[in-house]
Amino acid sequence: MEYEPVIGLEVHAQLLTQSKIFCNCSTRFGEEPNTLTCPVCTGSPGSLPVLNKKVVEYTLRAALATHCQIAPYSLFARKNYFYPDLPKGYQISQYELPLTVDGYIDIQIDSQKKRIGIIRIHMEEDAGKLIHDLSSEQGSHSYVDFNRTGVPLIEIVSAPDIRSSEEASAYLRKLRAILMFLDICDGNMEEGSFRCDANISLRPTGRKAFGVKTEIKNINSFRNVQRALEFEIRRQTALLDQGEEVLQETRLWDAGKGVTISMRGKEEAHDYRYFPDPDLVPLLINPPWIEEIRATLPELPEAKKERFIREYGIPEYDAEILTTSKSLANYYESCLGHYPKPKIVSNWIMSELLRELKKDDREIEECPVPALHLSEMLKLIDEGIISGKIAKSVFEEMYHSGKRALEIVREKGLVQVSDSAEIEKIVGEVLSANPEKVEAYRKGKEKLFGFFVGQVMKATQGKANPQMVNELLKKKL
Amino acid sequence: MKITREEVEHVALLARLKFNEKEKERFTLQLNSILQYMEKLGELDTAYVEPTFHAIAKTNVFREDVVKPSFPRDLTLNNAPDGHRGLFQVPKIIE
Repeated sequence: MEYEPVIGLEVHAQLLTQSKIFCNCSTRFGEEPNTLTCPVCTGSPGSLPVLNKKVVEYTLRAALATHCQIAPYSLFARKNYFYPDLPKGYQISQYELPLTVDGYIDIQIDSQKKRIGIIRIHMEEDAGKLIHDLSSEQGSHSYVDFNRTGVPLIEIVSAPDIRSSEEASAYLRKLRAILMFLDICDGNMEEGSFRCDANISLRPTGRKAFGVKTEIKNINSFRNVQRALEFEIRRQTALLDQGEEVLQETRLWDAGKGVTISMRGKEEAHDYRYFPDPDLVPLLINPPWIEEIRATLPELPEAKKERFIREYGIPEYDAEILTTSKSLANYYESCLGHYPKPKIVSNWIMSELLRELKKDDREIEECPVPALHLSEMLKLIDEGIISGKIAKSVFEEMYHSGKRALEIVREKGLVQVSDSAEIEKIVGEVLSANPEKVEAYRKGKEKLFGFFVGQVMKATQGKANPQMVNELLKKKL
Repeated sequence: MKITREEVEHVALLARLKFNEKEKERFTLQLNSILQYMEKLGELDTAYVEPTFHAIAKTNVFREDVVKPSFPRDLTLNNAPDGHRGLFQVPKIIE
C-alpha cells in the first residue's frame, strides 16, 4: 500500500546567553567537568532559581521571527523524573502556559513554498552530561558532569505538517538559519547547540486520521535527520504491509549502523507529574516590551533573499544559497561593496568558494580569503591581467596560502599575454607545425578552430588573452 | 476509596521507593484519609477565585545576564557520595 509520512519535529536550541537560565554560572562549552556549577545547578536544598531576563528576550525574538503569538501570562513548571543527569529530580520547563504558541515557518521545496506550523516555543533548562566509558575501569559506574545543567534552551515544537525527509531537512535548515540570524543560537549541531527529535507516523495515502507514531531521538546532523526518517519510513511501511502494528515508543538513532533502535520499556511508567514551579513567579509580557524587542529584529533570511533578488537581480536559486547564513550573506554584500557585479560574485562564491570550504569542512567565518581579496581578483580578470581560467587556479592558491591575487600572479608569472606581436608569433608557430590540419580547416572542417586555440593556449600555459588568440587565428587562417 | 493499592505502587515506583505489603496497606489508607480531609475544600464555591500557584503576589522577577564565579568544585563534590576525577560517580546507567 502507499503510505504518507506525517512528521513533527522538536528542536532544542541553546540560547547564546553568557550565564545560565536560573543562576550566574557561565554557559561556556568544553570546560573542566563540574567547574561551572553552583548550589542552584546541583539542586542543593535552600537554593532558589532566578530567571535570566535575556532568556525571555531571546525567546521573544524567536517567537516574533516565527510569527508566534506571545502569551501575556506564562508559567514555569516542574517536569518530574529520576535520572542522574538531573540533580533536582525535576527539570524546570514550561507546560500548560508556554511563552509563545501558534506560529509558522515557510520552507522552499522543489521551488514551491510550503508553510510548516509551529505549535509552541517554550523555555527550559538543559540537563547534565552522562559519561559512560571512563577508559580502563569498565562497567560498574557512570559519571556525571553538571556544567550543562541550567544552560538555557528553547524547545520549538512543529505541527505535524511535514510530509517527507526532505521537508524535514528544509525546515530544520530554515529554523537554524533564523535562530542564527537572530544571534540567539550558534547553531552548532556537534556541540549540541541545535538538537532534534522527530515524531513520525504513517497513514494510507488519502486518509485523514493519524497512524501510531514513534519518537526518534539522538539525531545530530541534517543528514542524519534524513537518514533516520527514511529508515523509520521503511521500517513502519514493512510492519504495516505485513499487517502488524507500529508500537508507540521512543527509538534511538544509531548513526553508525544506520538504524533506529527501540528503547524498550525504558520510558515505561513515564508520568512527569507536571505542576507549576512554586520557586518561579509568573511571567507577564506587556505589549511595549514586545514592541521593544520587535524593533531590534534584524533582516531575516526570507526578507534578505527577497531583497537580493530585487536589488541585485540574481536568480532565486542564488539568493536562497547566499542567505543560508548571515555570515555568507554579509560576505557576498561585502564583495559587492568592492566589486559591484552581483551575478559574477555570486557565481564565484557558489562554485569556487563554497567548494573549497566544503572540502575543508569549514564555515564561511573561517574563510581564508577575505571579501576584499576575492573582489581584487575579480578586478584583475576585468582588467585583462589574468584570464578567467587562470583566475581559478589563482583563487585556489589564494585560499591555501592566504596571499593576495596580484602577489600570486606576479610570483608565478601568470600575467595574461596581451602583446599581439608575441601571440602572433606563437599562432604562426602552431599553424606551421600542423599543415594538414590547416589544410583541412580551410577545406571547411571548422571544428578544428578549437584545436588551434588549444594549441596556442598550451604553448602559452594558458596565459594568452583568449580574445586576441581568436582574432589572430581568424586573420591567419 | 479514591486511591487504590495499584496507584500507591505506581507512585512508589516513580519515586524509587520500595514498600512491603504492610506499608502499602498503611499508605493507601493514609493517602485516602488525607484526600478525604482535603475534600472539605470542595464544599467552598471557588468559581470566581483565581488558582493560586504561588504564596507571593510577585511577577517578573529577573536577573541580569552576568557571569559570576561558580562554586569550588571540591566543595560541590564533597556533597556527593562518590566522586571520580571531578565527576559525580553514580551507579551504571545502561544506554
